[in-house]
Amino acid sequence: MSTPRVISRGATTSSELDSDYKWGFTIDIETDLAPKGLSEDIVRLISDKKEEPEWMLEWRLKAFRHWVKLDQEEPKWAQIHHPPIDFQDIHYYAAPGSKKGGPKSLDEVDPEILEAFEKLGIPLAEREKLAGVAVDAVIDSVSVATTYQETLEKAGIIFCPISEAIKNHPDLVKKYMGSVVPYTDNFYATLNSAVFSDGSFVYIPKGVRCPIELMTYFRINQADSGQFERTLIIADEGSYVSYLEGCTAPARKKSQLHAAVVELITMDDAEIKYSTLQNWFPGDKDGNGGVYNFVTKRGKALGRNSKISWTQVETGSAITWKYPSVILQGDNSVGEFYSVALVNNHQQADTGTKMIHIGKNTKSTIMAKGISAGKASSTYRGLVKIMPSAEGARNFTQCDSLLIGDQCGAHTVPYIEVRNPTAQIEHEASTSKVSDDEVFYCQQRGISVEDAHFMIINGFCRSIFQELPFEFAMEASQLLKVSLEGAVG
Amino acid sequence: MAGKDQTNGEPILSVRNLHVNVGDQEILKGINLTVNAGEVHAIMGPNGSGKSTLANVLAGKPEYIVTAGEMVYKGQDLSRMAPELRAREGLFLAFQYPVELPGVRAWQFLKAAVDALRVHQGQEEMSAREFDQMLKEKVALVEIDPDLVRRSVNEGFSGGEKKRNEILQMAVLQPTLALLDETDSGLDIDALRIVANGINQLRNPSNAMVLVTHYQRILDYITPDYVHVLLDGLIVRTGGADLALELEAKGYDWIKETAGAGA
Amino acid sequence: MTQALSRTDTYLPDFQALQRTAETGGQTWLREMRDNAWSSFSHLGFPTARRGNEKWKYTSVRAIAYADFSHPQDLDPDTGAGAAELKRIAPWNDDWMNLVFVDGRFSKVLSGGTGNANGARVTSLADAIRSDGELVQEYLGRYASVEDDGFTALNTAFLEDGAFIHVPDGQSTSSVVNLVYVTTGRSQPRVSYPRTLVVAGRNSRTTFVESYIGLCQEPYFTDAVTEIVAQEGSRVEHYRLLMESTQAFHVGHCLVYQAKDSEYESASFSMGAGLGRNEFEVLLDAPGASCSLNGLYLTTGTQHLDNMISIDHAKPHTKSRLLYKGILDGKSRAVFGGTVLVRKDAQKADARQTDKNLLLSDEAEIDSKPSLFIYADDVQCSHGATAGHMDDNTLFYMRSRGLDLEAASRMLIQAFAREIIDTVQLQPLRDYLDKIVLEALPTASIRLGGGS
Ligand SMILES: Nc1ncnc2c1ncn2[C@@H]1O[C@H](COP(=O)(O)OP(=O)(O)OP(=O)(O)O)[C@@H](O)[C@H]1O
Ligand SMILES: [Mg+2]
Repeated sequence: MSTPRVISRGATTSSELDSDYKWGFTIDIETDLAPKGLSEDIVRLISDKKEEPEWMLEWRLKAFRHWVKLDQEEPKWAQIHHPPIDFQDIHYYAAPGSKKGGPKSLDEVDPEILEAFEKLGIPLAEREKLAGVAVDAVIDSVSVATTYQETLEKAGIIFCPISEAIKNHPDLVKKYMGSVVPYTDNFYATLNSAVFSDGSFVYIPKGVRCPIELMTYFRINQADSGQFERTLIIADEGSYVSYLEGCTAPARKKSQLHAAVVELITMDDAEIKYSTLQNWFPGDKDGNGGVYNFVTKRGKALGRNSKISWTQVETGSAITWKYPSVILQGDNSVGEFYSVALVNNHQQADTGTKMIHIGKNTKSTIMAKGISAGKASSTYRGLVKIMPSAEGARNFTQCDSLLIGDQCGAHTVPYIEVRNPTAQIEHEASTSKVSDDEVFYCQQRGISVEDAHFMIINGFCRSIFQELPFEFAMEASQLLKVSLEGAVG
Repeated sequence: MAGKDQTNGEPILSVRNLHVNVGDQEILKGINLTVNAGEVHAIMGPNGSGKSTLANVLAGKPEYIVTAGEMVYKGQDLSRMAPELRAREGLFLAFQYPVELPGVRAWQFLKAAVDALRVHQGQEEMSAREFDQMLKEKVALVEIDPDLVRRSVNEGFSGGEKKRNEILQMAVLQPTLALLDETDSGLDIDALRIVANGINQLRNPSNAMVLVTHYQRILDYITPDYVHVLLDGLIVRTGGADLALELEAKGYDWIKETAGAGA
Repeated sequence: MTQALSRTDTYLPDFQALQRTAETGGQTWLREMRDNAWSSFSHLGFPTARRGNEKWKYTSVRAIAYADFSHPQDLDPDTGAGAAELKRIAPWNDDWMNLVFVDGRFSKVLSGGTGNANGARVTSLADAIRSDGELVQEYLGRYASVEDDGFTALNTAFLEDGAFIHVPDGQSTSSVVNLVYVTTGRSQPRVSYPRTLVVAGRNSRTTFVESYIGLCQEPYFTDAVTEIVAQEGSRVEHYRLLMESTQAFHVGHCLVYQAKDSEYESASFSMGAGLGRNEFEVLLDAPGASCSLNGLYLTTGTQHLDNMISIDHAKPHTKSRLLYKGILDGKSRAVFGGTVLVRKDAQKADARQTDKNLLLSDEAEIDSKPSLFIYADDVQCSHGATAGHMDDNTLFYMRSRGLDLEAASRMLIQAFAREIIDTVQLQPLRDYLDKIVLEALPTASIRLGGGS
């Protein structure tokens, strides 16, 4: 079997589409690119590029063979529509620069990249501006920079690209990768397991409260490439970490695929707070281009009294298919899901969560806010499952949808499965528009119709934004405003 | 119409033969009203007579359709102005039922209103610090719980708190013409005194107020120059402060009879 | 929707026999309708597929698909069920117009009552087809499409008898119409195909009760379809009782079409059937149309009852209210699926949907899926669902007033059920339900006061 050696070096041009998406520029850098298509050889090539140990390659191959068996049967139940994806028309590996393994320190990072991240509001080189946040920056398939390494090392915290963790912390990776999302889990998770490129790895040792926020910034740059990152976070007994994730992509005519897998594990008394600002390119006003965001995110609250909390603000992507979930295994464990999903123009989102209650006295809270504008459609789909063992389990779910204009859709599809009589489940949902009375009240105080809408919509999302770290909350509210431009007033 | 000195002769508000519909139903049937600078007018009348409709149509509420007549405010035709423009030009409505804005902080809301007003007047937006300072003073003036401005606008406020919050907004925005729609309803004695006090402090020779009320008691604090009685969409009687006392004692029936006889 | 083919051929001999022998009073359209339905059924089969099968996500019909049910032509509907026994078991009132159907066919002998139709036509469907062919043809199968539902297709392929209620414009049925569908014990597993057609003319009023009763212990299958056409300004009050025996399979599909300003009110009580499915589809097809659907389901033993309610707000200014409640005991399982669809331009739609469940045993399971699909912005739509046990604080309060645990819990369970029973406006029926529902209610067998 011959492993392909052809590596093309592409320098990309600026934005291809005329769009208001202000993160839509491309970065002009050299890229190490695998040929299009998916085969065992490509899987081997990726593994080889990353200098992975044999066990990792074996795992990838198992996933790949399983994927072949699935015969391109993508999930069909979601309320989304898109032309068939040609999985052979995608680059499964794209790495900025030709250096193997990525740069060792910030000084080695291509200045073009630093500048690009600066433009995205992530000044990697200027620590004081991002004080208190350690950043792992990932472009296409590779992590290009990680800041604040020493501070973290002192506390015994591991925060590094997953490609490094595979080499340097094989025991942890072997033990936990796939333990929450097995490679057989679903079509996209299987695909990711075969071809995943980079992503972050975090380990918080026993009793450590991570002193700073950890952040990974994902950027798709290369045309026709997919991004398949994989993130694994393990919070050992009594530890705490707050992890942030942000994403953008250039404005391209053709849709791009992003199929990530995120796995979280909490031991006894540990807590992970995971926040996402998802702002992948949503496509232009007529629905051209945009990222297909098909993501599997799941946490396992393994230990007693442990807690996993997902907060997401989803404004980007042409299509979002995403259900950050929690398996509440440890007794008294807590799962939370706070979500704002905004769609405009032709965007589609089918998102929600799954709370699987296994342990006794487990608690989950779901607060989902959907906003639909333009010709877009947004669906909340969520499962609350109470297993017979989940004595005294509690769930409270509140889903509210706001419609802006009469061309869009908002849907709520909860699944409630209860197999223990001592559980208490409550689900409430409502759908409405911004009320005329509210807008008039604002106008009577001199505020324009458009500003009134932003203010009211922001208020609608406030309970979710409150869950975000402060800087993220500010940015989320800005994102909302930008994403809604032209939809109201 | 006799009144106090009129600074430049032109009334602040002049309503002529105003007819207003909601849907197919005519609610106001030819209102005439002139309000000059420095004046306080009280409008009284039974439930459903059209008092709020008058206040709302002046503020530009969309579902109220003017079918005839005119509303001139500071020399401008109100019906051509968007509601927010009327507000920025100094026309303020304290709502009979203040609207709740879930998640919108009162602080943020007021700041946006002040900035919109200042930009309209060609001024800079206010700095957060300056605004804070100003707000603090006004909060003290209307004696409301400072915590309220950190909460969502009117959400979970008690009836009285909502009314006081309207007065706070008025104090912050310093309108030229304030329309207070039953701001005195639902207030206990102390709150009434505070609200009246707030209103009196805001009175000056260059602005004017229209109080919609059912009760004499607020007029004990704020003496109106004119009292109008609105009945079934028409102002059927106008008098001085003593008319309110008479209404309090006799109710509306005697006016209905005389108005009916006159028609 | 993907529906796997499964054993449709077992129904073929009976179908062929029916087409050969059954007289249709010279109505060739009926023969064609059955043929068409059969070809649909043989193509659709039963919805046994698991993947992408949202409508049947929580209910497997494999047991139906793989059983052998026969539908012989030569049964005499007047024998089998004892009239005396029936009056004792079924809702019955001598002042009503009671129509009894045995194994799907009208029994003149068992039917009766002094109620009169008062200008309306209340008769067996077979009769109506013979004498009022045109009228029946105009509405039959108009809303119960055979194109996408295997069970409806199968019912239509075997369409032969059932009930027909036609209330002309401005009229009302002065007394209640009581339709009793009974299955009796015979040697071999049997399937029947009850069919009900109700046409309520403009500004008419009608009230009818539809119950399904099993008088045998052997397994059998009832595949029922009910079509209701509510024309402008009409009002239809509909009560549906599922009291099949514990071995029975029941799949009932009720389709309601509503014109301008029409009102549809229904209350559904599901108690019997081993595997039961109750499907309502309401189409609010003109402004002013409103519906209110209430339901109570009680499951015990190994029962599986599935309620699937879809409400389609197709036009502006339409209103729907839905309240379903479940009480689950034993190893039983109940499913609630509710769908509210508000179509584009159906502005001012007002929809509320609620499902509440009381779980009384460790092994019972409830699966609830109340969905909203909204394509218009100026709407008021909400839904809610709850599941749980009785409130500990309430129980404690009652006990502190001297009630024992069992009495207190019984009182709470009854109160939970009574909210639905109280929506029944028909006094004799409410009395009847009070008796059978409240007596059938389990007392809590769980460790009460659990959960810390
Ligand atoms: N938005 C509306 N839609 C329908 N009818 C309205 C509307 N607003 C006002 N009306 C009707 O117009 C009439 C006058 O109402 P309005 O609120 O102006 O009375 P009011 O004098 O303020 O009464 P109150 O003393 O009770 O506040 C009433 O019959 C009312 O029902
Ligand atoms: Mg009023």
